[in-house]
Amino acid sequence: MKDILSQLNPAFDHRNRLGIMSVLAVNDWVDYNTLKELLNLTDGNLASHLKPLEAQEYIEFRKQFVGRRPQTTYAATEKGKAAFKAHLDALEAMLKIGKE
Amino acid sequence: MNDTRQHLEHLAEMRSLMERSTRFLSLSGLSGVWAGACALVGAFVVYQYLEIDPFSMRDSEVYYNKAVRTIKWGADYRSVFVLIATLVLAAALAGGVFFTTRKARKRGEKVWDASSKRLLWALAIPLITGGLFGLALLYRGYVSFLAPSTLVFYGLALVNGSKFTLRDVEQLGLLEIGLGLLGIFYPGYGLALWALGFGVLHILYGMWMYWKYERG
Repeated sequence: MKDILSQLNPAFDHRNRLGIMSVLAVNDWVDYNTLKELLNLTDGNLASHLKPLEAQEYIEFRKQFVGRRPQTTYAATEKGKAAFKAHLDALEAMLKIGKE
Repeated sequence: MNDTRQHLEHLAEMRSLMERSTRFLSLSGLSGVWAGACALVGAFVVYQYLEIDPFSMRDSEVYYNKAVRTIKWGADYRSVFVLIATLVLAAALAGGVFFTTRKARKRGEKVWDASSKRLLWALAIPLITGGLFGLALLYRGYVSFLAPSTLVFYGLALVNGSKFTLRDVEQLGLLEIGLGLLGIFYPGYGLALWALGFGVLHILYGMWMYWKYERG
């Protein structure tokens, strides 16, 4: 059990970060406002959860202009997708033991 | 194990986020019922125009043979078919937009977002292809294949689009394709199958989806 717990990734230790990774796992590029609405977060709150994921290089972003307004879109990196999958595998293993 | 419960909650939430961010779930069953009603009215008008009974199957009376001989209401069958098809499509789309917007508003979701755009794009390619294909058939006088081929292309559009909306749409698409293929082998039943596919199936599936997702 201890072993599995150590495999849970602390970077995903919050439901909003898990939420961000879930959305980015199944979509190519998602803009900031769509993320905000999907996760039902405020501006500051979303930014504070994006930062640590960026720092780990689990997500990447690009800025572009849509008309005159700047828009930031986000995507999961290969590293991020692999880490997310490993985290889910660890969760799965843990829940299986919990059931037994 | 409080932890386990929390993890399970997170998993449920992640699953819902994945669904909501890729699938357009506000599609209303009522738009199906409405589209079906429009199609039945359209088929009824065609039967009136051709002055035939849907269940009469004498060869000389087969609807497409009769169509090429019919001039009524001051128009030949081509103009009448195109006009009816356009009106049915416009009415069905308008109702679809209305009921779907209403459902989205109730759910507090946007109608025009990444997922609905993706759905429309997935539907558009087979539908536009089918529409042009149908016009070509009409132009060349292959009237017998017209109704069944619209069913086939529409079914392909639904199967394609089902990846981006409620999954039930795939089954409906497969049934439409089946009816269309049947109509290509037995063209005499083409118009009746068209009314069955676009009319009756839409109404049944619409009611089923409404009952499943929107009750209460």
